[in-house]
Amino acid sequence: MNLQPSTWPLAAVLISLLGTVPILLSERRPNLRETWTVLISLGKFAIIASMLPAVLEGGGYRFTLAEVLPGVAIALRVDAMGMYFALVASFLWILTSIYSIGYMRALDEHDQTRYYASFAVAMSATIGVAFSANLLTLYLFYEMLSLSTYPLVTHKQDAEARSAGRKYLTYLLGTSVALTLPAMILIYVLTGTLDFSVGGILAGKADASTVSILLVLLVFGFAKAAVMPLHGWLPAAMVAPTPVSSFLHGVAVVKVGVFSILRMVFFIFGTGLLADLNLGAVLTALASVTILGASLVALTQDNLKRRLAYSTISQLSYMILGAGMLTTAGMAGGLLHLSMHAFGKITLFLCAGAIYIAAHKSNISEMDGLGRRMPVTYAAFFMASLSIIGMPPMGGFLSKWSLVVGAIDGGQLLLVAVVLVSSLLSAAYFFPIVYRGFFARAAGENGPEEIREAPILCLIPLSVTALFCLGLFLWPSLALQLIQMVVSP
Amino acid sequence: MDAILTEIIAKYNYWIYVVLMMIGFYAMIGKNNLVKKLLGMNIFQTAIILMFISAGVKKGGLIPIIDKQAALEHGVNSALINNPVPHVLMLTAIVVSVSVTGVALALMQRIYRRYGTLEENEILEKMDR
Amino acid sequence: MSPTNLHMYALATPLIGAFAVMVLGRYSRRAVAPIVLGVLSFSFAAALTVFLQVLSGGGFRYVVGNWLAPYGIELSVDHLGSLMQVLVSGVALTASVSALKSVANDLQDRQHLFFTLYLILIAGLHGLVLTADAFNVYVLLEIASITAYGLIALGRGRAIVSSFNYVIMGSTGACFYLLGIGYLYILTGTLNMADLARIIPTLQSGPALATAFSFCIVGLWIKMAFFPLHVWLPNAYSDMPDGAAVLVAPLMTKVTIYLMIRFMFSIFSPAYEFIQHAGVQQIVVGMAALGIVCASAMALGQKNLRRMLTYLIIAEVGYMVGGVWLANTQGLTGAILHIVNDALMTLCLFLAVSAIASRAGALDFESLRGLFRRMPVTMAALVVAALSMIGVPPTCGFFSKWYLLLGGIQAGQWLYVGALIFSSLVNAVLFFRVIEIAYFRTPDEGAHGSGHEAVPIREAPAAMLQPLVAAAAALVVVGLATGPLVQHVIRFALPGGF
Repeated sequence: MNLQPSTWPLAAVLISLLGTVPILLSERRPNLRETWTVLISLGKFAIIASMLPAVLEGGGYRFTLAEVLPGVAIALRVDAMGMYFALVASFLWILTSIYSIGYMRALDEHDQTRYYASFAVAMSATIGVAFSANLLTLYLFYEMLSLSTYPLVTHKQDAEARSAGRKYLTYLLGTSVALTLPAMILIYVLTGTLDFSVGGILAGKADASTVSILLVLLVFGFAKAAVMPLHGWLPAAMVAPTPVSSFLHGVAVVKVGVFSILRMVFFIFGTGLLADLNLGAVLTALASVTILGASLVALTQDNLKRRLAYSTISQLSYMILGAGMLTTAGMAGGLLHLSMHAFGKITLFLCAGAIYIAAHKSNISEMDGLGRRMPVTYAAFFMASLSIIGMPPMGGFLSKWSLVVGAIDGGQLLLVAVVLVSSLLSAAYFFPIVYRGFFARAAGENGPEEIREAPILCLIPLSVTALFCLGLFLWPSLALQLIQMVVSP
Repeated sequence: MDAILTEIIAKYNYWIYVVLMMIGFYAMIGKNNLVKKLLGMNIFQTAIILMFISAGVKKGGLIPIIDKQAALEHGVNSALINNPVPHVLMLTAIVVSVSVTGVALALMQRIYRRYGTLEENEILEKMDR
Repeated sequence: MSPTNLHMYALATPLIGAFAVMVLGRYSRRAVAPIVLGVLSFSFAAALTVFLQVLSGGGFRYVVGNWLAPYGIELSVDHLGSLMQVLVSGVALTASVSALKSVANDLQDRQHLFFTLYLILIAGLHGLVLTADAFNVYVLLEIASITAYGLIALGRGRAIVSSFNYVIMGSTGACFYLLGIGYLYILTGTLNMADLARIIPTLQSGPALATAFSFCIVGLWIKMAFFPLHVWLPNAYSDMPDGAAVLVAPLMTKVTIYLMIRFMFSIFSPAYEFIQHAGVQQIVVGMAALGIVCASAMALGQKNLRRMLTYLIIAEVGYMVGGVWLANTQGLTGAILHIVNDALMTLCLFLAVSAIASRAGALDFESLRGLFRRMPVTMAALVVAALSMIGVPPTCGFFSKWYLLLGGIQAGQWLYVGALIFSSLVNAVLFFRVIEIAYFRTPDEGAHGSGHEAVPIREAPAAMLQPLVAAAAALVVVGLATGPLVQHVIRFALPGGF
């Protein structure tokens, strides 16, 4: 791969970090502040998109800040995999920013400046993870993401937020210090480098038992991927304002976890090494348990955001499952699911937020008949849930199809069953919500007569993302092209 | 038994300093009264000073003050002269020890003014109140 | 002022400044600040110049007053010593800006006395990092300690008693060291470090040499508060005036660890059997690990920010002693790097403590409530320092921990590796507990419920904020500069044999 040195990757990371300065300075002028947020998010997307052509031609960019340890620098690189994730994340950030404005103003939330500033920092960290050139840089941005999202999770600053924040940091920081850091040092001791390179760096440097220990350490060390039993932080983090839950805990934070694990599988371990040592089964076993377990728990949740959170936990493991199959189709399916799920889940969360703004309801059992009052929101919700379940004509169908093909290619029929059963389960936890919305009658006199749709700034983003679920089914070529470059370099 | 005794007698200066040091150390750690602690510290330091000095002494050695002319003409037979370096070192050590003692005494005065006692347990009791 | 004398000027100006402050400060309180800042800025500039010279031209030895070694007094200005001199003068300058402000509040008309001691202490530390004579180490160590006793005694509450206990413990440590030096002198007849290093390998007498070595090392351990010889430190450091703590806490233990490195590798050599003895290594590194774990656990039990930090200092001492005794390149690199990093971290933390104390008064956790709203800059700096203590990149704490962990793995000291990771986790708990209190609870919680109402920002005075922000920035800058720092400085600072 031909990577040109360039400062564009740095600019892509830094723009939102430096953007916190104007955001903080315009604290007293909300309109100006929100303009900054939207401008920065547009700028970020533009910078990232401007690097796309070079990546599609098989090239890319790199940037080295400083060599901090012998053989290990703080360095960025833009390759197909990072570009794929960065595009999805930065595009969705634009929509979330717009949605945030509507949401925060509708609810008249406190400390909005801190909210937008932390969001911008978190975004820098997310793109930093996407563009990291080595494990150390990835670890740096990974930690930065954990810390910058803490003020967002605990935004309400009440007792519930406090215990959620505690749980959040205990899981994320605890695992990264206790599991990822030792694994990183072990890799450095074994190989003398931490660079991501195609085909992995561990081949021939470590024996089977060391590799499997490292694999387990890293899968659990990146607890943002919420592999059971380290998933508890995600439902707890749902106390955050809905735009945070939708973007960070539907897309950025959790996908960073999965992305990190996939980076490890493709660029540190190397799929060849894992196949030789037969370690794909470790990943698929952990993932299968999480997929089914979390789906079952989701069925029992009445709080809409918590149900979505468990659904997220389950869907995240699809991506790990795909990587663990170690077949081209399986890995492609896992990666494809990253974007498909991103668009689907963010739509669902945005809908949940819209319902909360419009009706101040967060429990599913209270949402009878709301669909007739909020047709746009519920239509978007329906489309997105179809995508997550994996039904055509939605994007989610493509990724699940690819996963099933991958499982059959690898002769792992049990995994086919896992995918199918969990799809049924997700249908079982999504359809009742839609059904209640459209067909159930609200009980009591406090009917939904006076409820109207959420503000327009909230409706636009969720309609756009819902349409993207459909669009990605019809025109998935860009995503597929980038993924193809990752799985068969 | 005889051998040990001869050994002790032959190096009696070192044994004296060991005994002194232990006395001092015990007082520093074990005593309750702050003055006794300080005295223990002084004894400890004195023991070390003794060790240094006795290391520089030679049997029948002369004082290390030499006529320059004679030294230039005949050279110096160092076996006949006591080593002056330990003495010089210990002058410095004495200065240090006096300064520390001074600081400690000043502190003790202030402790006494404040707590009305120099017994450690009583001070601790008053502190808790 | 010849360029080869600059390091002497860096040492001498604080000493001269001390007398100037003593005399002039008595007549005018306004004379104190210019003298202190002027003297320390000059000293820092000189140290920095010398450091750059050493980087380009290599280290040199300097004979004081033309009395040739081994009879005269020699200074060694090498990579390690020069690095330490920059560290000492830099930390002293930064700390003094804040100290001038806090001392003006705490000790109105005794400022000049405080700064007399303060500058002599700095001069003593300069001497310690430069000297190449084993006996001078003792004298300079006592100069630094005696001034520290005085500074502590100026503190609040039971400071006098803490100071007295420190006198007893500190003197015991110094006596042990002197005793060891006595043995060395009897065995070798010299006190010059280079001379000692030349003669020691030719000696036959194992036990006597080992006794000398152990006495000196134990003496230094007492001075640096190495577990389990640490009992004096928490009281002494938490009762000190804030102005003194910002200087003493970052530098005293670190300089003593530097002395231990000098003693082990400049007087003795890495080849010395006692250092190479696997059992001894095992015990010392094990003690370091135990110290890290115990001190971290004790820090967990504290309800006062300042006291919590004092226990963390003890844990960090364990980091460094363990790193040195791993006796491999990575471990020693990590230990030296950690001396620099820990000095900066402790500086930043104590500057933050000092700033908080100037506004919130007390430092027990209850009075930290709602501080994020009232003192956002201070708390941001505290968070940076906390991240460095936890070991989050790109702050410098991560990189020294990295080297220490590498060294631990290389030496197969799994207990030590485990202790380091445990301490990182405990630090995370400790600091996030503080941050959580400062972030969530508003001071008048009881009256207003959860209370999101605007609390006016009441930051610490600028004179305390500037050094704090500088120290916090240094944590990140030094972290990013770890590569060059190791490659161009510490690599040369490692003794031969590594």
